[in-house]
Amino acid sequence: MSKAVIDALRARFPDAVNDAYEGVGGDDVAFVRKENVAEVCRFLKDDPALRFDLAPYVTAVDYLGVEPRFEVVYNLFSTVHNHRVRLRVKVPEEDAVVPTITGVWRGANWFERYCWDMYGIRFEGHPDHRRLFMYEEFVGHPLRKDYPLRGRQPLVAERDVPDLYRGPGPAGRD
Amino acid sequence: MASEMDLVPGITTRREEAQNALQKMVSKGLGWARKYSLFQYPFVTACCGMEFMSLAASRYDLDRFGAALPRFSPRQADLLIVVGTVNCKQAPILKRVHEQMADPKWVVAFGVCASSGGFYDNYATVQGIDRVVPVDVYIPGCPPRPEQVLDGIILLQKKIQGQPHKLIDRLPPALPGQG
Repeated sequence: MSKAVIDALRARFPDAVNDAYEGVGGDDVAFVRKENVAEVCRFLKDDPALRFDLAPYVTAVDYLGVEPRFEVVYNLFSTVHNHRVRLRVKVPEEDAVVPTITGVWRGANWFERYCWDMYGIRFEGHPDHRRLFMYEEFVGHPLRKDYPLRGRQPLVAERDVPDLYRGPGPAGRD
Repeated sequence: MASEMDLVPGITTRREEAQNALQKMVSKGLGWARKYSLFQYPFVTACCGMEFMSLAASRYDLDRFGAALPRFSPRQADLLIVVGTVNCKQAPILKRVHEQMADPKWVVAFGVCASSGGFYDNYATVQGIDRVVPVDVYIPGCPPRPEQVLDGIILLQKKIQGQPHKLIDRLPPALPGQG
């Protein structure tokens, strides 16, 4: 079924959709150009033969060292036709802005805030563009591969406790 | 300023001794009363809470040790049980809750996450609540068995019994004209 989805997408958006392949688990995956995400999603939702009425998961990936660095992944599901498709959008680091899809699925709101919080990808036109998990005082985006592993940013003064398990570490490890 | 009281140190020492003995008895009695009426504030943040429910319910029954009533206002509680992972975003809340509790107060770190951060050695988690608030008893386990927690509560009761308690534990009120 999802082959037909990809074919319909290709027929409708010949330049925006490319490099379709069958992903793990049999879902079809297609790369979508960044500028066209919103309209591709709108088409997938509104077309009666496709009817993707659910965006169960929107997330991002950081391929540090690869150009373009980021990728936003949209997992879409149709409760009417019971088929799935996965859209991947490549996002360069210097222009990490993607059009929002909250106008298509309201449920994508928090997922996009999550991507902003964890990866620092902005979503243009998002109605409530705040961090989702971390606090506003937090500097940086913790799931980026170049964020320090134990880069804690405590909000209150913490008593310093010697690390008996690992011993003295490099300065600024915590 | 020398007075005649300085010439008879034996009498003053006896008086102090008597006061100390009385104070010890009062302290012992207050410790006994306090250790068996721990009003707890459960600061439940994570999965350890399930074990805490099991502990508080009838099978393990924390009530047998006098720590029955969870007070959901820190102002009425004297035992803060921190159950579960505390992350950096929550640390100010924990600190505030601890500050709002009236003295005397005790803190129990329930589970390995509250005690040391557990396996959450990452950007978000406080590596043990003793970095933020003082802790009296640490209970290890992920989650700890209810028996372990009961053991921890009994340890805390022993600790409370051994602590000095005062009948009136506050500074005397400032008299007019003093500062």
